[in-house]
Amino acid sequence: MDLANNEAATSTATKTKGIAEYLKSHLREYGLLFALIAVMAFFQIVTDGTLLRAVNVTNLLLQNSYIIIMALGMLIVIVSGNIDLSVGSVMGFIGALAAVMIVNYDQSVILTILVCLVAGGIIGAAQGYWVAYWRIPSFIVTLAGMLVFRGLSLWLLEGQSVGPFPKEFQILATGYVPDIFPAGIGVFFAEMFDARRVNTLALFTGFAAAGLVVWLSLRQRSQNKAYGIEDEPASFFWGRTLIIAAALIFILFKLSQFRGMPNVLITMGVLTVIYAFITETTTIGRRVYALGGNQKAAKLSGIKTERLTFLAFTNMGVLAAAAGLVFAARLNTATPKAGFALELDVIAAVFIGGASMSGGVGTIIGAVVGAFLMGVLNNGMSIMGIGIDYQQMIKGLVLLAAVIFDVYNKNKSA
Amino acid sequence: MTGFSAWSGPRTAKSKDKIMNPILEMRRITKTFPGVKALDNVNLTVQEGEIHAICGENGAGKSTLMKVLSGVYPTGTYEGEIVYQGKTADFRNIRDTEDRGIIIIHQELALVPQLSIAENIFLGNERASRGVIDWRKTNRSTEELLAKVGLIEPPTTKVDSIGVGKQQLVEIAKALSKNVKLLILDEPTAALQENDSRKLLDLMLELKAQGVTCIIISHKLNEVRYVADRVTVIRDGMTVASLEAGDALSEDEIVRHMVGRDMTHRFPEHKRTPGNTLFEVKDWNVWHPEHTERQVIKNAAMTVRAGEVVGIAGVMGAGRTELAMSIFGKSYGRNISGTATLRGEPIDVSTVDRAISAGLAYVTEDRKSLGLILDETIRFNTTLSNLDEVSTGGILNHNEETKVAERYREALAIRTPSVFQKAMNLSGGNQQKVVLAKWLFTQPDVLILDEPTRGIDVGAKYEIYTIINDLATQGKGVVMISSEMPELLGMCDRIYVMNEGELVGELSAAEANQERIMSLIVNE
Repeated sequence: MDLANNEAATSTATKTKGIAEYLKSHLREYGLLFALIAVMAFFQIVTDGTLLRAVNVTNLLLQNSYIIIMALGMLIVIVSGNIDLSVGSVMGFIGALAAVMIVNYDQSVILTILVCLVAGGIIGAAQGYWVAYWRIPSFIVTLAGMLVFRGLSLWLLEGQSVGPFPKEFQILATGYVPDIFPAGIGVFFAEMFDARRVNTLALFTGFAAAGLVVWLSLRQRSQNKAYGIEDEPASFFWGRTLIIAAALIFILFKLSQFRGMPNVLITMGVLTVIYAFITETTTIGRRVYALGGNQKAAKLSGIKTERLTFLAFTNMGVLAAAAGLVFAARLNTATPKAGFALELDVIAAVFIGGASMSGGVGTIIGAVVGAFLMGVLNNGMSIMGIGIDYQQMIKGLVLLAAVIFDVYNKNKSA
Repeated sequence: MTGFSAWSGPRTAKSKDKIMNPILEMRRITKTFPGVKALDNVNLTVQEGEIHAICGENGAGKSTLMKVLSGVYPTGTYEGEIVYQGKTADFRNIRDTEDRGIIIIHQELALVPQLSIAENIFLGNERASRGVIDWRKTNRSTEELLAKVGLIEPPTTKVDSIGVGKQQLVEIAKALSKNVKLLILDEPTAALQENDSRKLLDLMLELKAQGVTCIIISHKLNEVRYVADRVTVIRDGMTVASLEAGDALSEDEIVRHMVGRDMTHRFPEHKRTPGNTLFEVKDWNVWHPEHTERQVIKNAAMTVRAGEVVGIAGVMGAGRTELAMSIFGKSYGRNISGTATLRGEPIDVSTVDRAISAGLAYVTEDRKSLGLILDETIRFNTTLSNLDEVSTGGILNHNEETKVAERYREALAIRTPSVFQKAMNLSGGNQQKVVLAKWLFTQPDVLILDEPTRGIDVGAKYEIYTIINDLATQGKGVVMISSEMPELLGMCDRIYVMNEGELVGELSAAEANQERIMSLIVNE
């Protein structure tokens, strides 16, 4: 009898220990998710529910869309062992270019968008060229770029704000995906949820995305099991997966009660999925991690490290251009100040998301969550009416805390 | 180095009649690193006012012993006892030893190239009052010190504008500024031309006359015979001989002590019948990447037959790694010229990926900083050089990758709970196997293995040797660079000896032995 008891006790003990060990080794990933939830819960309470009101959730997404778009490129640049300080200026410059083309020279929206994306690519390539082939530290090259493109936007706009944009251009940022379902269904749901209106497409998309996440996670888990990868405990797996799924449904449910899904959300979502795929499952993504992890070893393994660095910066330029277009469309005007100091928010998001300054470490999802964490902080503090002075200080301390947490974890495990 | 042996050594001021008075005794020093015993009960006694040479092969433990002595490894991290000037010494760091007058000058000079001679000499020891440097005093003292070491340069000259030989003298002047009593020189002449070497050795003799005790680590036995009063030989982390220098002591005798060891059953049996010439390098010339006037590889020519294991022997800095890396995608040096052929056809080795697709593989001597992405998994590292094989249209097949990694884990007996283990968590031997797995997965014809068994334990070494034998049996050509001569003798069908950038000799397995290789290395 005693013996059986003992055995049961030991097995529970080992099980608990297993979970504790697992949590310890994956503290970073869970920590980020918990931090986001905790911060949201905090602001939801102190703002009396304003944070998660439909209109504010929509706002939150729109406000952070350009940061997230740039964070995708920045993650790759940072994983490759570099940094890009010029993205804020480039973003501003591209917005200015778009404004001048459309407003001053009456060019078509499509042509403008194409020219702007190509221009972004060329800017990125030009900076990447010096970094990759001349081995000039990226910090210096992009610091120079930051000044140059800030100056160029001033020159291009002649110090003035240029706007407004035509409707077709504004749609980029302020448009919403129309509800394809018959209005009757929306009315039915509206009555059911006691809401003013419901966008059925958004609601269904939420459920579809949640289902997709659960399905993909399950598939990954079964594959891991088949190959004997150290697997997370079932409780954690389901906890994590269901929280993410629920969050997706919740967000889209909220959106459906306002004006539906912003176009930007679709752009952002699609880009995030594409870049997550590139970093995790393509040879080029794999090589970027190798390059950042150990450049010499990567080179001696036959990886064309220079070309890869060049491409990382080119890609960053294109994404900065895309962000610039979205930003200009959202403000409906291009100003010489657009994008000022924004590179710091982007870089902060990537580091909060767990990327390492020395390269080789970091994930797309981490960067996106990091950006949202910063975004919620910004938004929540603004709703509370906290001054910009305190906001800056608090954001700075959050960044420092996140990185200290990383370093502490790493030292402890070493 | 030619002509060096012709020196009629004027070993002046021999301290034969002096009363023996040890300045330093290191007793039963044992130092272990994870998995390796670097020093095993080493004893070293140095008499006051003598020049004491320490000889031994690469990896014998000479540098480790000097690091123990100079406080790089503080007291408590090793076993044994150091008695210095009659007192038991507990050195906690380099500062401690320098305060007591023990100064070590490393092979890699520790000067700041952008600073002047004077600034370097008094770095950390500035002639200053309340933090403000007294430049007149600094420069005057520097001039005095430079006069002592026989270097005629203004104190304000930047260190990077003088040659290595003069830099060496600056290091010694720096040591003198700290009231050195025991000066340790680690391979001081390795990078020097002959007349600079001679100047340096004469300076040592002069310092000795002034009462400074010296320890010199050197491979160049003629130099050892020229300056040393006593010679201690270290082999495999143990003291094997302590010899009185003098006319009776021949270089051959030192060599015999350096290499003599039991060699039974350290290498797996192999029977090989090499086929036709597989890989050939001709007229290979390489210049130093920074010091562009220095030629690092001179007219090297070598062949490797199918199913053959070819060794390259030589001391550190002989140019073996430089030769290998310059062949493998021109990863080292500039102005590389020469031809490389595989089965008689010229191959393009101008970049690493071209060298790989031509059929070459190079396993680096430094697996941690050049061979592996330590933060990543075994699977990641295994497929890294041949991602095309596990992807379609640039999209990786993770399952296929896992299969490949598992296959090599089994084939090479990589001991790990799973292929998803990070490379940094593996032991040295297993890390080396992962690097080998990476290169075997590229299906090479010729493998260049640079120090393939460095820093790994005996059991793992045996396994690596077995893998090498298997590769040769499969008809691949293997080039093996090693500083451990017994390893070369036990494994190779043919051995090239390299010295100062040249392949100075070629020995078949039958004619090769340690004495012959060593004499090719030390005498040329």
